[in-house]
Amino acid sequence: MGIINTSRIKSPWIMHFDNSSCNGCDIEVLACLTPLYDVERFGIVNMGNPKHADVLVVTGPVNRRTARVLKNLYAQIPDPKMVIAVGTCACSGGVFHNCYNILGGVDKVIPVDVYVPGCAAKPEAIIDGVVLALQKLSKALGVAK
Amino acid sequence: MNQWWIAIIAIIVAPIIGGFLAGIDRKITARLQGRYGPPIVQPFYDFFKLLGKSRIATSRMQFVWIYGYLVFMITCVVFLVLKLDLLLLIFLLGFAGISFVLGGFSSKSPYSHFGANRELMQILSYEPVLLLMALGVYAQNGSFMISEIMKPGAAPLLPSLWPIFIAVLLVLTIKLRKSPFDLSTSHHGHQELVKGIMTEFSGPYYALINLTEWYEIVLVLGIVALFWANPLWVGIIIALAAFVLELIIDNIAARMTVGWMVKFTWAVGLVLCVLNIAYLYLIKGGA
Ligand code: SF4
Repeated sequence: MGIINTSRIKSPWIMHFDNSSCNGCDIEVLACLTPLYDVERFGIVNMGNPKHADVLVVTGPVNRRTARVLKNLYAQIPDPKMVIAVGTCACSGGVFHNCYNILGGVDKVIPVDVYVPGCAAKPEAIIDGVVLALQKLSKALGVAK
Repeated sequence: MNQWWIAIIAIIVAPIIGGFLAGIDRKITARLQGRYGPPIVQPFYDFFKLLGKSRIATSRMQFVWIYGYLVFMITCVVFLVLKLDLLLLIFLLGFAGISFVLGGFSSKSPYSHFGANRELMQILSYEPVLLLMALGVYAQNGSFMISEIMKPGAAPLLPSLWPIFIAVLLVLTIKLRKSPFDLSTSHHGHQELVKGIMTEFSGPYYALINLTEWYEIVLVLGIVALFWANPLWVGIIIALAAFVLELIIDNIAARMTVGWMVKFTWAVGLVLCVLNIAYLYLIKGGA
């Protein structure tokens, strides 16, 4: 099963979900795919379908409406899966934390593996977050890296 | 016994070649877009990763059709390497396509149905062209057998069948799922409706579809190579050149609509084929 575990590290397909962010973080996530950062170098592909994804990248604070959607998306991703919370809002609720409709950070609803703080998180930080998630995964799988 | 070995080697080697071609595809595409691109072996990483994912079932029939798609495609490749009947190969390719479509229809997702409908329109576009290609080969050689095309001393097909060759290049674009004809599923635009038919396939089953696509790349490039089967290396160079040409077209062309695809392939592809066959039969007096 060695080759499958190595492949898991080499081919993380991400799916991006926007809870109720101000769109600042979303633009930074998309910036990672541009020629300047080109995350496809590392095999990272931005999927639009939870059934094909490995890593769920969530931006923005969870509100009462998106909580259900987020849980549903998380359930649809086949195992093994990782969740990365991108931006201060996704980590803790950020500037929206005490709004009447906000539940707080992503970890209020689904388990989060890596937190990437920043308002907005820089593309470099997001890539770093994905790398960190992969390191965590490889430790869990017992693949030396 | 010898035939068995050829078939087994082809079944093992074809997906490896196909996987590397897919990797080269991604690399060249990235370079054409000003990106660095993934390593050449990336498709293999993706394949093994998908194999290791958990299975999520949306419908049981789906899996039957996916295995059907794979098995028919492998049969087509075996037909090609054993130099059997070209006409039968093209009908088997049709079976493979229909299996994929039924796989798309077997779940309830509207996106999947949308993709399956589009795949059906793609089959409608390329299958007549391929059939007429077989007919053109018959008009030239007096036989549908691939062994007749590859017989030592046989004249290459390209000089007399070049209009059909152009039509087959259109089929190549559809079969490789490249712009302007990447309608039912695409290698780009993962968030768009064009990924339709893949919506409900996940994990190991998605990996099987990737595997089938690798066989498919080898198969269609093999069909292109048949146009210059003596000596075969010229044909292989022509096929690889056609592959690179498809990549460039993919990156400079916009995606067209389904209706446009059917009209274009029928108006250009079929007319080229019919004129070619008519010329062979009426002017040159046939085989
Ligand atoms: S962290 Fe800042 S940029 Fe990101 S969604 Fe929240 S407010 Fe917007």
